[in-house]
Amino acid sequence: MRYLLRRIGHAFFLLAGVSLLAFLFTALAPGTYLDEMRLNPQIAPETVAALRAQYGLDKPLPVRYASWLNSVIHGEMGFSFAYNSPVVPLLLARARNTLLLTITATLLAWAIALPLGVWSAERLGQLPDRLLSWGTAALLVIPDLALALGLLLFAVKSGWFPSGGMASLGFETLSPLQKLRDLAWHMVLPVTALVLSSLPLLVRHVRAAVADVLNAPFLLAAVGHGIQRRTLLYRYALPAAANPLISLFGFSIGVLLSGSLLVEVVMSWPGLGPLLLEAILARDLYVVVGGILFSTLFLVGGNLLADLLLYWADPRIHTESSAR
Amino acid sequence: MRTRRTFAKWLVVLGALHGIVVCAGFFAPYDPVEQDRKSPYLPPMRLHLMDAHGHLHARPFAYSLRLREASFDQYEEDTTELHPVKFFLSGARYRMLGFLPCRTHFFGAENTRICLLGTDAYGRDQFSRFLFGGQVSLLAGLLGAGLTLFLGLCLGAVAGYYGGWRDSVLMRFAELFLALPWLYLLFALRAFLPLAVGPLEAFFLIIAVIGAVGWARPARLVRGVVLSAKERDFVRAARGFGASNGYLLRRHILPETSSVLLTQAAILIPQYVLAEMTLSFLGLGVPEPVPSWGNLLSSLQQYSVLVSYWWMYLPALIMVPFFLGYLGLASSLQERGEAYKMEKSSLGSLI
Repeated sequence: MRYLLRRIGHAFFLLAGVSLLAFLFTALAPGTYLDEMRLNPQIAPETVAALRAQYGLDKPLPVRYASWLNSVIHGEMGFSFAYNSPVVPLLLARARNTLLLTITATLLAWAIALPLGVWSAERLGQLPDRLLSWGTAALLVIPDLALALGLLLFAVKSGWFPSGGMASLGFETLSPLQKLRDLAWHMVLPVTALVLSSLPLLVRHVRAAVADVLNAPFLLAAVGHGIQRRTLLYRYALPAAANPLISLFGFSIGVLLSGSLLVEVVMSWPGLGPLLLEAILARDLYVVVGGILFSTLFLVGGNLLADLLLYWADPRIHTESSAR
Repeated sequence: MRTRRTFAKWLVVLGALHGIVVCAGFFAPYDPVEQDRKSPYLPPMRLHLMDAHGHLHARPFAYSLRLREASFDQYEEDTTELHPVKFFLSGARYRMLGFLPCRTHFFGAENTRICLLGTDAYGRDQFSRFLFGGQVSLLAGLLGAGLTLFLGLCLGAVAGYYGGWRDSVLMRFAELFLALPWLYLLFALRAFLPLAVGPLEAFFLIIAVIGAVGWARPARLVRGVVLSAKERDFVRAARGFGASNGYLLRRHILPETSSVLLTQAAILIPQYVLAEMTLSFLGLGVPEPVPSWGNLLSSLQQYSVLVSYWWMYLPALIMVPFFLGYLGLASSLQERGEAYKMEKSSLGSLI
C-alpha cells in the first residue's frame, strides 16, 4: 500500500512540476492573444488594456500562477481567449475523443502484440520469426506521418472508409446502434494508424522478454513435466516475462498519445491535437498549458495503472515495500 | 566480426544517401523554388526506352506532358517529340556544398523539364524539392541530435560524477521531461516561441526546440556510465596521483560514454528528422518557399490534393531508405554494444 501511495505522491509532484514549468515558459512567450486585437484599428487601446486587466495579464508571473491555481481548484484551468470560455469544459470534450482513440489503440495493439511476440519467441531464429522481424522493421522505418497520410490516401482512393472526422452528416438523426456503428467506422483508420505505428516496438519487446524467459531452468523443468505447450507459454512464460512488459505498457501510452496528436490532425479527428495546434497558432496560452497538463495526466494515469498491474503481477514488490 | 561488417555496410549506405542530399544542387535537375505556373500538379513523368511506334532506344527518354483536351488538370503524354535524358547538363545555377558556384546537373533534358516526382501547385519540381528539403530536414536532425547529446553528456556527467544535490535535482528534472509525451512537449516549447519568423531563424529555432526536448534520456544513460566508470581502478589510481576532476572527466571517464552516445545518436537522428517533419508539416516549422520534408507533404492536408494528386505523397515513400539506414545502423551498434559487454563479462569471469 505504501508503494502505491508513494507512486501517487510522485504523480502529483510530476503534475505540479509540469504546470510550473509550462507557466514559466508562458512568461517567456512573445505576444499574447490580445496582440492581434491591438493591431486591429477598430478596437480601442483602452479596450485591449481593460481586457488585459480583466484576464490578469498585466500582473507579475507568481500572481498569475496563483490565480491560475485558484481557477484549477474551481475546475476551470484558466480562460480561453479564442473560445471565450473556461478551459476545462473545452478540453474535456476533446480529451474524451482523444482517450477513445488512444485507449482503443492501446488495447488493440497489446492484444495483437502479445500473441504475436510469444509466437515469434517460440520460433526464435526460424523462418516465421525472421519474416516477422522483417515486417516489424519495415513498419518501424515508415514515418508515422507517412503512415497516417498513406492510410488516408488509401481511404480516399478506395472510398471504403470515411476520409476524416468523427461522425457522418446527419449523425444526430441516427439510432443509438447506428451511431455506434458510424463512430466505429470513423475510428477504423486513425486506430489502424496508431496500432501500426506502435506495434513493431511492442512486438519486439514481447519477443525479447519471452525469449529470455524461455531459456530459464524452471521452464525446462516444466517442459520435462510434460506440461502442454500453450499452458507453458501463457501460464508459465508470460507472467515471468511480464515485469518489463508492464513498464513498457506505461511507456506505450505516452508513445500513443504523441502519435495520436499527429494522427488526429491528419485525419481531422476532433481530439486534443487539433485544439492544441489551433491554440498554439492563436497564442491561446491557457489552452496550451491545459492541453499539456491533460496529456501529462493521461500519461501519469497510464503509468499509475502500470504500477498497479506491476504490484499485482510481481510479488517481489509486496515484500520489498513491507520490508521497508 | 560480423556485426562490425554490418555496421560498415549501413554506414556506407547512409553515407551514399546523405552524399546525394548534400550535393542536392548537382543531383536535382532544377532550382527548388523555380516556379512554372503553366504546369501545376504535373504527374510524375515516366522514363521510356520504347517509343510510341514500338522502336527501342538505347538512351532513356521522356515525353513532355500537355493538357488533355477540355480539362484543366489532366495531362497526357505528347508523343510527337522525344526528349532524351542528358547527363552532366548545364542548367540552373547553384552552389555546390554551399560555396562553389556551379551549373552542371547530373541529369536533365533539353527543351523540356523532367519531373520525376511531378510538380506541386506552383509547378515546382518535386524531386528537386525533395533533395533540397532533405538538406534542411537531415541537417535539423543532425544538429538537433548533436545538441541533445551535448546537453545529455554535460548534465549526465555532472549528475553522475559530482552526485549529491546536483544529481537529485537534475534527475528529478529529467523525470519531468521524460513524463511528458514528447510530441506534446515539442508543441509546448514551440508554442512559447515566436511564430512568424524567417526560414533561417525558424530552422535554428526548431533545432533548439527539438534538441532541448530530448536531453533527459541520454543524460540518464551517461549518468549510469559515469557512475560505474568513476569507481574503476584506473580512475581511482589517477585520482590518487593527484589528477583534477576536469582531467579525470576529460581523459578517463567521458571516453567511456562514447559507445552509448553513438548508439543514442543513431536512434535520435531519425527521430529528430521526424520531429522536424512533423513541425513543418503542421506549419510550425520551416516556412515556404524553403523546402523541407515536412512542408513537402503539408499540401496533402487539403482534401482536393489528396483526391486528385496522389503523387504529392511520393516524397513520403522516398524518404524511407534514410530511416532504414539509421535503423540498421542503430541495431548493429546495439548488437556490437551487447557483444562487447558479453566479451567483457566473460573476460571478467575468466580472471
